[in-house]
Amino acid sequence: MGKMAFDLAHLLAGGMLVLSFVLLYQDRITATLNVFALQAIVLSLSVAWQALIQDAPHLLVTAVIALVVKGIVIPTALHRIVRRLGIHREIEEVLGAGPTMLAGLGLVALSILLVFPVGENVGVLAREDLAFALAVILLGLLMMITRRNAVTQIVGFMSLENGLILAASGAKGMPLVVEFSVAFSILIAFFVFGVFVFRIRERFDTVDIGALDRFRGERRDRQ
Amino acid sequence: MTLPFDVAPLHAILLIPALAAVLLAVLPSYRIGVAINVLAAGPTFAVSLLLLVGERERGDIFIIDDFNIYLIVLTTFIGFTTAIFSASYIGHELETGRLTPTFLRFYHALYQAMLCAMNVALTANNIGLLWVGVEVATLSTVMMVGIYRTPEAVEAAWKYFILGSVGIALAFFGTILIYLAAQGALGEGAPALAWDVMRQNASKFDPNQLSLAFVFLLVGYGTKVGLAPFHAWLPDAHSEGPTPISAVLSGLLLNVALYALLRFKMIMAANPKTLDVGLIMMALGLISLVFAAFMLYRRRDIKRLFAYSSIEHMGIMTFAFGIGGPLANFAGLLHMTMHSLTKSAIFFAVGHVAQVKDTQRLADIKGLSVTHPTLAVGLALGVVAIAGLPPFGVFTSEFMLVSSSFPRQPWLAVILVFGLIVAFGALVWRLQEMLFGEPVGPAGRVKASYIPMFVHLAIVLAAGIWLPEPVVRWFQAVAAQLG
Repeated sequence: MGKMAFDLAHLLAGGMLVLSFVLLYQDRITATLNVFALQAIVLSLSVAWQALIQDAPHLLVTAVIALVVKGIVIPTALHRIVRRLGIHREIEEVLGAGPTMLAGLGLVALSILLVFPVGENVGVLAREDLAFALAVILLGLLMMITRRNAVTQIVGFMSLENGLILAASGAKGMPLVVEFSVAFSILIAFFVFGVFVFRIRERFDTVDIGALDRFRGERRDRQ
Repeated sequence: MTLPFDVAPLHAILLIPALAAVLLAVLPSYRIGVAINVLAAGPTFAVSLLLLVGERERGDIFIIDDFNIYLIVLTTFIGFTTAIFSASYIGHELETGRLTPTFLRFYHALYQAMLCAMNVALTANNIGLLWVGVEVATLSTVMMVGIYRTPEAVEAAWKYFILGSVGIALAFFGTILIYLAAQGALGEGAPALAWDVMRQNASKFDPNQLSLAFVFLLVGYGTKVGLAPFHAWLPDAHSEGPTPISAVLSGLLLNVALYALLRFKMIMAANPKTLDVGLIMMALGLISLVFAAFMLYRRRDIKRLFAYSSIEHMGIMTFAFGIGGPLANFAGLLHMTMHSLTKSAIFFAVGHVAQVKDTQRLADIKGLSVTHPTLAVGLALGVVAIAGLPPFGVFTSEFMLVSSSFPRQPWLAVILVFGLIVAFGALVWRLQEMLFGEPVGPAGRVKASYIPMFVHLAIVLAAGIWLPEPVVRWFQAVAAQLG
């Protein structure tokens, strides 16, 4: 494997991680969607590059799916939903930008510490890709925790899935069945999410899931 | 290598529910839908019995071995009885207008999709396919949990969905890691994801990679199993969805997730240098058991009560498999079966009780023995069985577990017994409140199908009194495999 191949793969995976950080502090909903779309596009480039250097043409299918579905279709649809719901203003965050970024840095350190010692014999590229991917996954989780808005939680989840695909494409020779199923399940997941957003909108006139807390079964229990 | 298409019964248990799901989705009439739902679940169960006598086969995609056959039979059986229960339950929901025919169409299609996905997960040899099966089964139950579209139901479904997705994402990452661990020894491509090949070669894998993978798989699938502290979705999902779904969630889906976890534990067991997963599973199991046992006292909602009881019992099973060894594994397998049958029978009774009383609040359910004696008998038998009293099968498995864990982990065994007693107290207390006392609320007649409930209870009773020799030998063989 040439140095060029290695560097470019690193650059793209690193780019995804940077975009994950941008997602963390982004406080406007439309900007969040745009950053997510950008991350999906970087993902598709990264997967395509992996297809090239691993000589695995089936990965190109995954790259195209990432580009079309997550880079174009889903962000467009979400933009439309956001406009229809009339919520393109601020996103409330549980934590401020500073603490969130610090927590994010901690998670990146954690994923490096976790993956590096055990990944000795899977090859340097796969190992570092895996560390990047785990960082993206953990940052996606963090985003889901810090957001209260249903749409941005969806974005957090999909960013997490981006990390999963990055990990799967980095694993050399992982059969197509799996990647395809991931792409497929994202579609299903999005479908379900979409249905929920609509129901939540229909029922509460808000997509702030803080409003859902009022209906916790627990509280009703104590009546 | 055999192609999966050679295995006809295997083919059928996946195809029948899949075709039924498509058919149910396009058929507008809910009456026909109800009939098809039962008619599809029945043959699926019948075909699964053929697997019992058929040959054990393997391919890179599907596998049939002793371990999954008994779970497939159990799953299709409860899928069938729940479909019968669902038919009478749904009739009442239509009358009261809680569900409309359009939603019923979705409901039935999703029910079959869920059965199909669970069968895929159970028969999968490819661990990626196993993951797909668990995920699709989860997604279809999410939709069904939210089907009443009340604020509580939407919240429950949302919570279930978020926690379930995170769990499933972590499980997928674990799957990738385990593939990477296998790839060094097995090369690239499909065989490196085949469970049986992995297990045979596990000793050649890097133990650290395996351990890391298992941690992700444990948290991922453990969320689905409902182990504390990843259980937050479970009580909501059980209490807000239609009761047939509560029955299959507790009876089947939790089992399938635990099954997935056990498959990976078997790979770990084949490599002695890995992390001691037994210890982690014992700890998680005991935490779930004790936590849920105390939570039982604070419940005000009948379905939440039994949901916490499910967490408790999944904890018991996880503890049993964590201890390991032939006797504890045997107890765990038996407990899995007995709990599925008993808990779904309880939910059958609870569904009708909640319908006839028009509430799920425990305070409004009293004096059932006077107003609805048959339901009261069913509920009483179910609760007595699940609380672990003889002569029911749950007693047998719990007794075996306690007696096998005392010599090996005396202190943990004390905690186990303590948790069992606490839970027992809560269940008996709640049961006598529901059965006796001045009847409250409506006392109307109930249009119920009692057959599924009593069939389940009869099996549990029979298993408690006498386990047939072939079944014992079977469980022993599987327990030995589990290591």
